[in-house]
Amino acid sequence: MIKVNTEPHPWYSGMTVRSLLDEKLFTFRHIIVRVNGEYVPEEEYERFAIQDEDDVIVLHLMAGG
Amino acid sequence: MGTILKDYSYTPAKIERGYSGKSLYINVSDLRIEEKEVTDFMKEKFTGGKGFDLWYLWNAVTPQTRWNSPENEIVMSVGPLGGITQYSGTGKTLVAAISPLTGIPIDSNAGGYFGPLLKFSGWDAFELQGKSDKDILIFIDGNNGRIQIEEADEYPEDSHLLAEELTRKFSENEDDMVNVSVVCTGSAAKHGYMGMLNFSFYDPRRKVCRFKQAARGGLGTILRDKKVKALVVKYKGVTPNLNNAADLSTINKVGVKYHKQMHDLDSKQNKMRQIGTANTVMIMSQYDLLPTRNFQTGGDPEVVKISPDVFINEWLTQGLHDGCWYGCTMSCAKCADHFLLTSGPYAGERVTVDGPEYECVAGLGSNLGIFDPQAILEENFYCDTYGIDLISFATTVAFIMECYEREQIGPDHTGGLELRFGNKYAVLELLHQMSRGEGFGRLVGLGIRNLKKIFVEQFGADADLLEDIGMETKGLEYAEYSHKESLAQQGGFAMATKGPQHDEAWLIFMDMVNKQIPTFEDKANALYYFPMFRTWFGLVGLCKLPWNDIVPADNYKTDSPAKVPEHVQNYVDIFNAVTGQNIDKDELILQSERVYQFQRVFSVRMGKGERKDDYPPYRSLGPVTPEEYLSRQDLYDKQLREYQGLDPDSMDLDEKIAATRRYREDQYEQLMDAVYRRRGWTNNGIPTPEKLKAIGMDLPQLLEVIEPKL
Ligand code: SF4
Repeated sequence: MIKVNTEPHPWYSGMTVRSLLDEKLFTFRHIIVRVNGEYVPEEEYERFAIQDEDDVIVLHLMAGG
Repeated sequence: MGTILKDYSYTPAKIERGYSGKSLYINVSDLRIEEKEVTDFMKEKFTGGKGFDLWYLWNAVTPQTRWNSPENEIVMSVGPLGGITQYSGTGKTLVAAISPLTGIPIDSNAGGYFGPLLKFSGWDAFELQGKSDKDILIFIDGNNGRIQIEEADEYPEDSHLLAEELTRKFSENEDDMVNVSVVCTGSAAKHGYMGMLNFSFYDPRRKVCRFKQAARGGLGTILRDKKVKALVVKYKGVTPNLNNAADLSTINKVGVKYHKQMHDLDSKQNKMRQIGTANTVMIMSQYDLLPTRNFQTGGDPEVVKISPDVFINEWLTQGLHDGCWYGCTMSCAKCADHFLLTSGPYAGERVTVDGPEYECVAGLGSNLGIFDPQAILEENFYCDTYGIDLISFATTVAFIMECYEREQIGPDHTGGLELRFGNKYAVLELLHQMSRGEGFGRLVGLGIRNLKKIFVEQFGADADLLEDIGMETKGLEYAEYSHKESLAQQGGFAMATKGPQHDEAWLIFMDMVNKQIPTFEDKANALYYFPMFRTWFGLVGLCKLPWNDIVPADNYKTDSPAKVPEHVQNYVDIFNAVTGQNIDKDELILQSERVYQFQRVFSVRMGKGERKDDYPPYRSLGPVTPEEYLSRQDLYDKQLREYQGLDPDSMDLDEKIAATRRYREDQYEQLMDAVYRRRGWTNNGIPTPEKLKAIGMDLPQLLEVIEPKL
């Protein structure tokens, strides 16, 4: 199990930032991803592996009209 | 040329550090024109813009004043930063009045050139009071210090014709047209309560008048009730430092830094320069936030037909500078050129359609079940030229369509119009009826609160159902965001002072997706900070979009990315550089809070602004109908298990809907308690004397209003 934005989420072997974003349907482009507090740049989403028990924050920078 | 009824000369005041120090008062009952001093007291307590508007309005009205009382005023002011040209979004005019929809002060902002040109003509604010007995227009000539009031019977009513004609009339030649700005409404404004104000700016490349709108709350209705057809200002000679700023070099430096961000980052972030605010339509649908068929659901597979790409590739002119005031590199005021109209009095003509903005696509599109870009643009055009607030119109028609589909009303009531979701022809016909003041369209303009009463009392509709699905609070229709899964946004809408518009707080992603504000206290803090911060734009004359629709590349490193700290500092720096003051970001909030709390007390004075007025319709909080529950059954069932410890498998659908409702209504009550505490209000929503004292607003006239309520 990992945490995504403070809530539990099932983990599976081979999970990357990209696969997690796809799974969560986080399609908004303007986001910030941190794994265990560490910032993950967009170009690393495909290969950045998420480990079991990781704490993932996906901040959507959308603040409305 | 209409008969000149009044000719008045004045000496335009010189602007020093953002203020001219003078405001203009015109009473159209007796054609009285007066000049007033803008006092230090006003600057200290109210800063400018909406603050000045509300202060003048407070002094003009009594608790008995109604929207159509002669003493009701339309007040407008651009604020001390309004008109600088070095930063993006610096030409917003704030307008306030007692609203026909809500009976309390409404404020609404518009781009376009009117506000800055008014200030450069010597006026920090403009009060319009009284009622004329004939159609008139008011012309302010800022170069020659002259104000004329003339008869205006002969001019057309609809904005695209009227603004064009008046801009030509008051210009010496084609080049001069950019120096004229018109405020007007349209033919529908006098047939309902949702008339809006168009603020023009002449586009010399397209050779047409473009518009931005002060749309909410029926300001256009009031203008026409006063029989004012248009306000026109002319000022030639806009240069970068007409505000006589205290420190021009800081403004230049901050501006250059910002414009570089815009240049480098917009295409990677929100694409404001390609599509404007409608960039978010697909995202809203993907995150279940796009209001669809009267907010029943949050998206639809058909939304691809009205996606940003469709508008960019097929409808909106690209590559032109589309700023609604000089210096705005965000340039989001997009438009469709040479658009061929297919219905109404202008069928067959090609026109320029300003927009569509997000609210337009969501409101006139998905919320009406219309997934046709051409229909949306035509609705957009007619709302604008007829002077109709498209948000109130769209949310009202969405409500009507649901009433129709649920057989609460029928063709006998609608004059035969089949008002089902998706019927674009019927929607256009309603607009044309509103323009003519005929048929069922005439009722539509009364807004949801009035329609609920009519449908129940005259058509026999189910009162409870209509209360649940009529998306209004305080009498104002909701802006176009579904928000059932964001408790904070439910409060952001229903506890907003003027009614459910999102310019106070837009917390949906912070709350629902990012989970940054999980507790009631966290949400209450957000519902304190963001309304205060956002209020500030309206005090100083700024557009909010450049604050957070583009953010610095390293914004993510800050401890509060949602606040965009670098841009907040830009605003502090610009304010100090223009006015010569020395505020910091906390004093910026204090400036806002003074006006924010003042407006709440003003609402209390006018008979609203208590806890009972801050409740949303249940559609805002959760699923009203079985279909809504079933559309997200997995989510709702999970919540029953996790939040309430119930077993949904042993409950029937009605029980599940009822249990969900009890829980969500209780959550909302708890949120209200927390927000009221944070804002320094009693449990009944009244600002306390201690709070007013702490922010320097314990003025005798405010205390007199709140004391009987404590
Ligand atoms: S960001 Fe858009 S609405 Fe705001 S001032 Fe610029 S062009 Fe006008």
